[in-house]
Amino acid sequence: MSVRSRVRSRPLSPHLQIYRLTIPMVMSIAHRLTGVALYLGTLVVTWWLIALASNANSYAVFQDFLGSWLGRIILFGYIWALFHHMLGGIRHLLWDIGLWIDLPAASRLAWATLIGSTGLTVAAWIAGQSLRAVLP
Amino acid sequence: MTGMRTPRHRARGLGAARSGTAHFWMQRVTAIANIPLTLLFLALLIALIGSDYGVARAYVANPFVAIILVLLVISGAFHMRIGMQVIIEDYIHSLPVKMICLAGNTLFSAMIGVVCIYGVLRVGLGS
Repeated sequence: MSVRSRVRSRPLSPHLQIYRLTIPMVMSIAHRLTGVALYLGTLVVTWWLIALASNANSYAVFQDFLGSWLGRIILFGYIWALFHHMLGGIRHLLWDIGLWIDLPAASRLAWATLIGSTGLTVAAWIAGQSLRAVLP
Repeated sequence: MTGMRTPRHRARGLGAARSGTAHFWMQRVTAIANIPLTLLFLALLIALIGSDYGVARAYVANPFVAIILVLLVISGAFHMRIGMQVIIEDYIHSLPVKMICLAGNTLFSAMIGVVCIYGVLRVGLGS
């Protein structure tokens, strides 16, 4: 083997700084991040169930937290993460059976998870708020 | 070369891998289960907004709601454990740290699952 062939340049991976972000990439990262958020969010669900199993006082403390601005942001974010991870998961299941795996379809599906999850979250939020207004 | 391998090794058919597609498949099965269960959970959340302690307890004490919640907790705990395991295996390369994280992940998921089920059962079975 000559020296020349050993120093021949090898193919380079795409460079992170000059790599254009595409929507399937961003939604792939978002799928993982929402997974982590839901993982940590189970602590709030656990708090809710334990407060419910304990007594009215503990439940009031939990409700005060969820009614606060921080609580509302966490709840809204949690519901969005649920919808986003659910739609992203359905996308993965479709790919598993070989559907819409070509590039244009994958991009459309990625947009659908973003728009769909945001739309569903707003719809769920409005449904909750209007129910609250109607109920005594 | 195959002479070096035990019949059991050949029967498992995994070659040099330590495990097969069980986790992949479990992730899909729990994912499918989570879809209807999560939608029902969200419907419960919407129904519970602004309701007081007694009403909330009555909802969760309903057998249908309690069973849905227990199913969601079981499916969700397995799903989140596998998902976090994949993330740990992807990003943590130091073996000791990885082992600690993997054990912590299993313990956290099991704890969340058991505590949630305990809460639902305590409300559902009335105590």
